Amino acid sequence: MQDDDINTEGVVKKFMFVNRRAPYGTVYALEGLEMVLIAAAFEQDVSVVFMDDGVYQLKKGQDTKAVNMKNFSPTFRALDGYDVEKLYVEKESLEARGLSPADLVVPVEVLSADELGTLMAEQDVVMTA
Amino acid sequence: MPMLHTVNKSPFQTTTLESCLRLAKKGSAVLLIEDAVYGALDGTAVSARVAKRMKELKFYVLGPDIAARGLGEAKLIDGVTVVDYGNFVDLVAEHDATQAWM
Amino acid sequence: MGYQVNGTTVAADEEGYITDISQWSRELAAEIAKEEKIEMSDDHWEVVNFLRDYYEEYQIAPAIRVLTKAVKNSMGPEKGNSQYLYELFPYGPAKQACKIAGLPKPTGCI
Repeated sequence: MQDDDINTEGVVKKFMFVNRRAPYGTVYALEGLEMVLIAAAFEQDVSVVFMDDGVYQLKKGQDTKAVNMKNFSPTFRALDGYDVEKLYVEKESLEARGLSPADLVVPVEVLSADELGTLMAEQDVVMTA
Repeated sequence: MPMLHTVNKSPFQTTTLESCLRLAKKGSAVLLIEDAVYGALDGTAVSARVAKRMKELKFYVLGPDIAARGLGEAKLIDGVTVVDYGNFVDLVAEHDATQAWM
Repeated sequence: MGYQVNGTTVAADEEGYITDISQWSRELAAEIAKEEKIEMSDDHWEVVNFLRDYYEEYQIAPAIRVLTKAVKNSMGPEKGNSQYLYELFPYGPAKQACKIAGLPKPTGCI
């Protein structure tokens, strides 16, 4: 995309990005975040879901200095500025890991698997990483 | 010295830790690294896996991987020892063989 | 490619973005600006410093729309609009200002 405003007035689709992997062990989480930012830059209607080990991406207090990798958890706090406001966490995944919303770097909406499934069925595009 | 087992996959995502714990002989050491460090946390749906074999196996977890994932303050299962990269090397040297479960 | 600053070479990718953000300095920024044919004024520095603070906080280079909005929130509407930012950085505020600030290319720019 150029810096000028081309491509910003087009079709808006409902995109859902489903994050299922822990950060750092694999590159899926970072690449998934990149996809979210790109979809948001194109002003799409973006929802982001964190389930299974994906909820660990949002864990507060990440410190990657000793493993010499980039800590990308602060970037989730930038999503608001990208107008990505629909962040969902699956209740079952959170509970299985002994976590609560207070353990996460951004405010999220906690939904049951059933509710998330309903939301997923309403999307135009669903991508999982 | 018996064997050192290293595991690097999340116990929520794969059966790697389960397989390791099924085969590891009494007296062996298990070192949890990368995404396997989640297996060392107390109070999760999979905590019982490690806790169940605590009496027979020595459990270690890699500190830098714990810190990276924001778990520096998290409660670990009783009996798990946090190690650094230097200790990792020592563990490999101290054991007869290392099995890296991938 | 790279930039020469105080007798050392700072590595950059083929588009001129430096590859190690920790090597950034004001002298380097001035050097990059020269390559971009931009005469750095206080207004330019204000945007460059803003971008560096943004990166420090969020660990990404913002897309142009996000930058414009963030500048508007921080410095007011007379600066937080694309006309003002394009006057300072004619080849694209996000791209040129990020390059001068030592940031990676903004996500969402192909």
